[in-house]
Amino acid sequence: MANHDSSVAIVGVGLAGIPDAKGKSELTLQAEAAVAALKDAGLTTADVDGIFTASNDMSWIPSVLVAEYLGIDAKYTDATNIGGSSFEAHVGHAAAAIAAGLCNVALITYGSTQKSRRSRSLGAAGPVRLTNQFQDPFGLPVPLGAYALAAKRHMHLYGTTSEQLAQVAVSTREWATLNPLAKMRDVLTIDEVLASTMIAEPLHLLDCCLVTDGAGAIVITSANVAAGSRKPPVWVLGHGSAHTHATIGNMKHLTQPSSTDSGRRAFEMAGVRPDEIDVAEIYDSFTITPILSLETLGFCGLGEGGPFVTDRGTGPTGSFPMNTSGGGLSFCHPGMFGVFLLIEAVEQLRGESGDRQVPDAKLALAHGTGGALSSSATVVLARG
Amino acid sequence: MSDIERPAPQPDADSAPFWAATLEGVLLVQSCLDCERGIYYPRSVCPFCMSENLTWNLASGRAIINTFTIVHKAPPAFAGEVPYVVALVDLPEGVRMLTRIVGCEVGDVHIGMDVEVEFSPLTDVAALPYFHPVA
Ligand SMILES: [Zn+2]
Repeated sequence: MANHDSSVAIVGVGLAGIPDAKGKSELTLQAEAAVAALKDAGLTTADVDGIFTASNDMSWIPSVLVAEYLGIDAKYTDATNIGGSSFEAHVGHAAAAIAAGLCNVALITYGSTQKSRRSRSLGAAGPVRLTNQFQDPFGLPVPLGAYALAAKRHMHLYGTTSEQLAQVAVSTREWATLNPLAKMRDVLTIDEVLASTMIAEPLHLLDCCLVTDGAGAIVITSANVAAGSRKPPVWVLGHGSAHTHATIGNMKHLTQPSSTDSGRRAFEMAGVRPDEIDVAEIYDSFTITPILSLETLGFCGLGEGGPFVTDRGTGPTGSFPMNTSGGGLSFCHPGMFGVFLLIEAVEQLRGESGDRQVPDAKLALAHGTGGALSSSATVVLARG
Repeated sequence: MSDIERPAPQPDADSAPFWAATLEGVLLVQSCLDCERGIYYPRSVCPFCMSENLTWNLASGRAIINTFTIVHKAPPAFAGEVPYVVALVDLPEGVRMLTRIVGCEVGDVHIGMDVEVEFSPLTDVAALPYFHPVA
């Protein structure tokens, strides 16, 4: 970390519309988050020359739309959508673009009004095409059912229990009680998770992420610009992304997502080992998701994720601080959570996390999972 | 039953032979004539070796459950059918299929169970290959 000449740093983060958009559109929310992030960095829209966003429903050219709304003429654009991990992938793409001199100040945004528009559903109706013709007619709730299939297989192979899955939700809720922006702030018990409505076995309602509104934005730039930023830069030490399948029927090993690959490359690039990470933000679309990620990222062995979350402890009193915002399970989940993992990691490394601050956090991991355990993207961050 | 139309396969050039066979109560699985691996879902190009030299085989109809979930809160079109079992099953032809397990109590389904195909009528272009426990 001595030489940052070719490095890139996150210099601004912003949130908006969490958990309720209060009548504003997802475009408005993204603009608010972008302005907050740019003010945080001490920059303006006039400084931005790279724009990155992903959307499931806002526009067929979402990065172009966000840039137009903000009055940004971009010379580098990226609307990569690989699901909830898109924004960790955007960090990698932005870092590469900045290092190659293709842009200098990159703005990553995401926003959704999924809750207000009641747009989340569990599945399709009517004629279905392409690969969906081999999935949707069988009634698998998506994406939840895919994660249920993986969870069931994990339980079969390793003896993972519903209580261990529930522990993820309980520990994450403990963090949420410390986050004034979190949607769910009442203490949760394992019994309450197990007593909540069964959706698709073994996943109960409280094993599943929230449905909320919300937006987030991040500003990434070169070491030169970062040198003059308002706040200490957070350096991007390493990044990696990978994907293996789109639909769950095409996943080879149901308990081993491509985080094995994205994580290995991110850690190698960073020159960091998993046991050196001080705070981990690991996508929790469902309680099984971070368990699979912990194993494949190398925080524990394959099959050890269940005991890891109960024995190490991932809550405020545990020895492995994970999802310190309250995560997608209890903070917010506007369709895709990846950008919020990064924002929380940055705030932790800057020491700005208030009651939920992890003391002296120097190294953070943000790891996204997208689709049906389809895509993975990992970012290793360090405080300046 | 739900008023919402059930999702139904819309066959294309890749999938038409597969769905046409289901109407005859026949399970066809593709394989590659070059690398000899099984392929599912049907394609025009082998995902293992890029060969376009693919063929259709009559499947044995047998499979083993790799994993499953009992669905209690279903997509709207399936709301009237809960609880039901959606599973991934491994065929001896070397492919994995997403399917339904029928013909037994949902609580009796288990990983490793031997199952056998049957066809559930759906539309005039496709029947759905479901699996039931081998007697
Ligand atoms: Zn082949």
